[in-house]
Amino acid sequence: MEMKIPPVAPDQKQETPFVGRPMQRIEDVSLLTGRGQYGDDVGVKPGTLHAAIVRSPHAHATIDRIDVARAEGMPGVRAVLTGADIAGWSKPFVVGVKAPMEMWALAMERVRYVGEPVAVVVAESRYLAEDAADLVQVEYSSLPAVATIDEAIGPDAAVLHEAVGSNVVSDRHFRYGDPETAFASAPHTVELTVRYPRNSCTPIEGAIVVADYLSPEEGYDVSSNFMGPFSLHTVMALALRVPGNKLRHRTFRDSGGSFGVKHAVFQYVVLMCLASRKAGAPVKWVEDRLEHLTGLTSSTNRLSTIRAAVEADGRITALAYDQFDDCGGYLRAPEPATFYRMHGCLTGAYAIPNLLVRNRVVLTNKTPAGLVRGFGGPQVYFALERIMQRISVELNIEPVDVYRRNFIPADAFPYKAAAGALIDSGNYQRALEVASTEGGLAELYARRDKARAEGRLFGIGFAAVVEPSISNMGYITTVLPKEERAKAGPKNGAIASATVGIDPLGGVNVVIASAPAGQGHRTVCAQVVADVLGLHPDQIAVNVEFDTQKDAWSVAAGNYSSRFAGAVAGAVHLAAVKLRDKLATIAAPQLGCEPADVVLAGGKVHRKDDPSRSLPFLRMAASPHWAPGLLPEGVEPGLRETAFWSGSTLAAPDDEDRVNTSAAYGFAFDVCAVEVDRHTGRVRIDKYMTTHDAGKILNPALADGQIRGAFAQGLGAALMEEFRYGADGSFQSGTYADYLVPTTCEVPDIDIFHIETPSPFTPLGAKGLGEANNMSVPPCIGNAVADALGVADLTLPLTPSKVMALIGTDEPPPSAGMAQPAAAPAAAGKGGKALAARGEVVFDASPEAVFKVLLDPVALAKVIPGCNALDPAGENRYRADVTVGVGMIKARYSAEVELSELDPPRSLRLAGAGLSAVGSARGSGLVTLEPQGTGTVLRYDYSAEVSGKVAAVGSRMLEGAAKIVLGQLFEQLGREAGGTGGARPAAAKRGWWHRLLALFGVKA
Amino acid sequence: MKPQVFDYARAESADEAVALLAEAGEDARILAGGQSLMAVLNLRLAQPSVLIDISRVPDLNYVRNDGKQLVIGAAATQGSVEWRSQLASEVPLLAQAFPHISHFQIRNRGTVCGSIAHADPSAELPLALAVLGGQVVLRSRRGRRVVEASDFFQGMLMTARAADELVEEVRYPLAQAGHRYAFEEFSGRHGDFALAAVAAVVTPDSIRLAVGGVSDRPRVKTWGRVSGADLDSAINDFAWELGARDDHHATGKYRRQLVRHLGRTAIEKALA
Repeated sequence: MEMKIPPVAPDQKQETPFVGRPMQRIEDVSLLTGRGQYGDDVGVKPGTLHAAIVRSPHAHATIDRIDVARAEGMPGVRAVLTGADIAGWSKPFVVGVKAPMEMWALAMERVRYVGEPVAVVVAESRYLAEDAADLVQVEYSSLPAVATIDEAIGPDAAVLHEAVGSNVVSDRHFRYGDPETAFASAPHTVELTVRYPRNSCTPIEGAIVVADYLSPEEGYDVSSNFMGPFSLHTVMALALRVPGNKLRHRTFRDSGGSFGVKHAVFQYVVLMCLASRKAGAPVKWVEDRLEHLTGLTSSTNRLSTIRAAVEADGRITALAYDQFDDCGGYLRAPEPATFYRMHGCLTGAYAIPNLLVRNRVVLTNKTPAGLVRGFGGPQVYFALERIMQRISVELNIEPVDVYRRNFIPADAFPYKAAAGALIDSGNYQRALEVASTEGGLAELYARRDKARAEGRLFGIGFAAVVEPSISNMGYITTVLPKEERAKAGPKNGAIASATVGIDPLGGVNVVIASAPAGQGHRTVCAQVVADVLGLHPDQIAVNVEFDTQKDAWSVAAGNYSSRFAGAVAGAVHLAAVKLRDKLATIAAPQLGCEPADVVLAGGKVHRKDDPSRSLPFLRMAASPHWAPGLLPEGVEPGLRETAFWSGSTLAAPDDEDRVNTSAAYGFAFDVCAVEVDRHTGRVRIDKYMTTHDAGKILNPALADGQIRGAFAQGLGAALMEEFRYGADGSFQSGTYADYLVPTTCEVPDIDIFHIETPSPFTPLGAKGLGEANNMSVPPCIGNAVADALGVADLTLPLTPSKVMALIGTDEPPPSAGMAQPAAAPAAAGKGGKALAARGEVVFDASPEAVFKVLLDPVALAKVIPGCNALDPAGENRYRADVTVGVGMIKARYSAEVELSELDPPRSLRLAGAGLSAVGSARGSGLVTLEPQGTGTVLRYDYSAEVSGKVAAVGSRMLEGAAKIVLGQLFEQLGREAGGTGGARPAAAKRGWWHRLLALFGVKA
Repeated sequence: MKPQVFDYARAESADEAVALLAEAGEDARILAGGQSLMAVLNLRLAQPSVLIDISRVPDLNYVRNDGKQLVIGAAATQGSVEWRSQLASEVPLLAQAFPHISHFQIRNRGTVCGSIAHADPSAELPLALAVLGGQVVLRSRRGRRVVEASDFFQGMLMTARAADELVEEVRYPLAQAGHRYAFEEFSGRHGDFALAAVAAVVTPDSIRLAVGGVSDRPRVKTWGRVSGADLDSAINDFAWELGARDDHHATGKYRRQLVRHLGRTAIEKALA
């Protein structure tokens, strides 16, 4: 069945189909000349207002009070929406796991992640809205935060949703075949624990929503760049408490990238609908970069332990997964789909009959996770493909032999995998051959030998992935036990739809219920229809602006799970065929033949046996509009056909929890060689090749573009990208200086090979291919690094600093005579990532004098850097208004300062907590005073936590800033206590501490 | 990501710029290339009352070789220095450092004096100024003063500039006969903030090494012409002295490793 794609010359005549040709995209002209119609470019109704969202700076806190008076009173502000408003107009979002936990469009009573929406300000401009957002006063009481899976499942963990009683909100066991016997009888068991980090595929364009509440009768009219799945349309409508037909949703023509993450726009569609309702006007919201990185979504971080039962020759007889998925502060639909999208094919590309799975869904104080390109795949394959490498190492078998012996045999397709995937077609051994021969594997090994002989760190890695496409809408119900599934009713299928019509001049129009984000869907649809109707693609107009009130669609609609080539283009083909058949029926009498003998080709409609008996397509196709009375008997007027398609193999999960999670399964086999710089830990990609089998390729140029893009994102996940959180749950990757994405400077060229084994289950034999490299690249590079360094445990991303630690060189100590630098403070806080500072200052004043200053509010006000006001609020407690800053950066905090553990004149604790428009900060430190001559040595030992915007964008400078502010504080303290004297910093003259903490940290 | 309200004043001359600064008080900011300031404004991490735009002040837009120094005015962009045909012979260290400064689009906007005034601990231009022993000219309505680089940089984003002073020009000493210069940097991606950057100046009787991106400001160390294990030991001690800390990009230990590796590489390159 498999074939190589023949090269097609661009000027090739129309006798060959357009499908399969590397045609240039119809979309490119407008996109490359600045005429794209992105959401933010599209005009809005006069009177449209602009929204800014007030977001939580805390990872976990109760909301004690929200005071919107100042914000509402600002000129130009039209409404402020809070949780109290939306309780009457909306409901929590429904989700696939039944548990007593609620997620509303705005936080209710409690916030569970940094960036969670707390209020929406609607004003005449975004500038005014942001000004007013800074004036919304929210009083929080912070709660202990749970920042990691390990903490969340610990016995003393703070519980996010108290009614659930645990942070583990779903715990499912699955068993297929007889894994226990396989493990008991296998000569080898190989085990590995891996973590897949939080990352994303960040589109250039963030979320955009324009929402308009029309009336109770007409409901809501929204345009957004939500990408689907449109099963979430029902989630939105239910949340808004309207029937689906009163939530009209339209997409914009162009989208500036989506990559899965724009599924999460649905949450903001609901929020802006409610904001519009409150404001009584249309509301537009454009997500900015900080909001996008902080609050929209993220891939699901996973902790998995994988075990393989392995025969002496490397054949795997059983696999066992024990997996924890961290879905963040709320389980938001479609989660926990990260687990279940891949469920049917957890055995990957291998013929492994026995499988054991335990899936636990964990909530932590992080941004809700969700779809990210590759959805579920990177998490599975980082475990599965890493263990393939471990098997090779532990059993001392060449990796290609381990692969060859485990691959599903080419004659076994369609292959029913242990957990239920019906893997439609493939020839994995052939892909291995292509990589070996055309890819020059032997040469790569020779390069490795040579490099190693020269003492260089060089490694080769492999990864094989089965790439599911066209998700079964029923797969998520695998999370429910079969009894609950039975109650809920069966869910299955993956309905795609398309409409092809002809206008009164014979022009062909195509409409699809997808929501593309730059992949070139219009181009491919035109190719598909052109082939069926015998036209040129230029003659086909394709409209991809999806309107839920006007288009044919169903729950699976949208742009996800690589469903375009297999499902959507297939539905387009089916609709075009229906239309062609109708045209043939109409033309047959005029040509004097049977409809079956009518051929549409080259812009003409002719008899199969006599091409000279022909009609021009345009005239023939237009005439039924003008003269419906002349239609042959039984032919209905109108030239517009809609086709619906759903994968015939997509059943609901069976009673044994087997589920065919997707309609088609593509394949990719990757090989890479890396060299690691032993001085810097930098991983250089020496060579990367990827061999794909995606069934029938519709447009090879677009296919290769998808592969290159996925490779770049996989490379980012492997080497750079991670959403980082502090131990207090503070989010610390709010800019592209902190969240590193590979740029063109970092992405090497790759070698791409294709083989084609068409799918028997999709209309055109096509499968998805845009996600495989998101899944394969992290383990492939990881395996190459493991091979280069001879290590077993790798944690992504493989930053130079981490790789250097893996190389593990001994560090020379400073020479004996050198003054030891102040020991780095012991990392404070649970995860060791809180800011900590320790130091000492020498004063010319006595301990008593210093103590006196600290207890005197007037003097204390002079000591606290940037203190604008200090008012008593109880014994040794104060409310303070403090402006702190370093360099040009400044922020004004409303703070509480407290002195405790007083032991005059020896020691006390100085603590502070503050909130500002740029986030929250709190710190606490023990201060000890010891007489030294006529003066005092003051020692301090501080730890601080900073959260919100400052932590998100300033993590690079936080620690330095903390020290600066502490330095200012104690220097001023010395000055105040000693009258005019001033402090003598103990170590360096100007020490390195001088200003900033409060801004970021120790509010002092 | 929209800034708060601020006033905007475009200065027509250096005199006007310093007059405006004097009147506006502490909350005024000079806007030159805007490559750091605009981001900070949009994030609302700064709330200046007024921006004084000097980008079109003709008498601040100059780059000249006065025979001893390369003198760069406050409105001169980094690009206008980088693309000088003689830069590699005038100030070879700068010629080596420029490609590491973000991307050329940013260098076409960003100014040299702006980078000096901002004093980011990872920035290349302050590092080069420090190792070369350059000068900063500060001007206010009160007059002018010339500050040595070693006194100018005082900490993270902290300098000797008073609120009413404009960084009017910076002066990079020209290459001296018999002196050799080298610049090395390591960052996560091309153009990122340096995890560590080093600049080396080797003279007939000394080795000077400066490190950026590790401490709170560029740090400079001078040794005699040590070599071999002594040089390694000296660099290692310097690496320890810098007080490198852990952050999300790299550990302190890793930064020390970079200082040792880059320091040695730069010195060897200068000696070669």
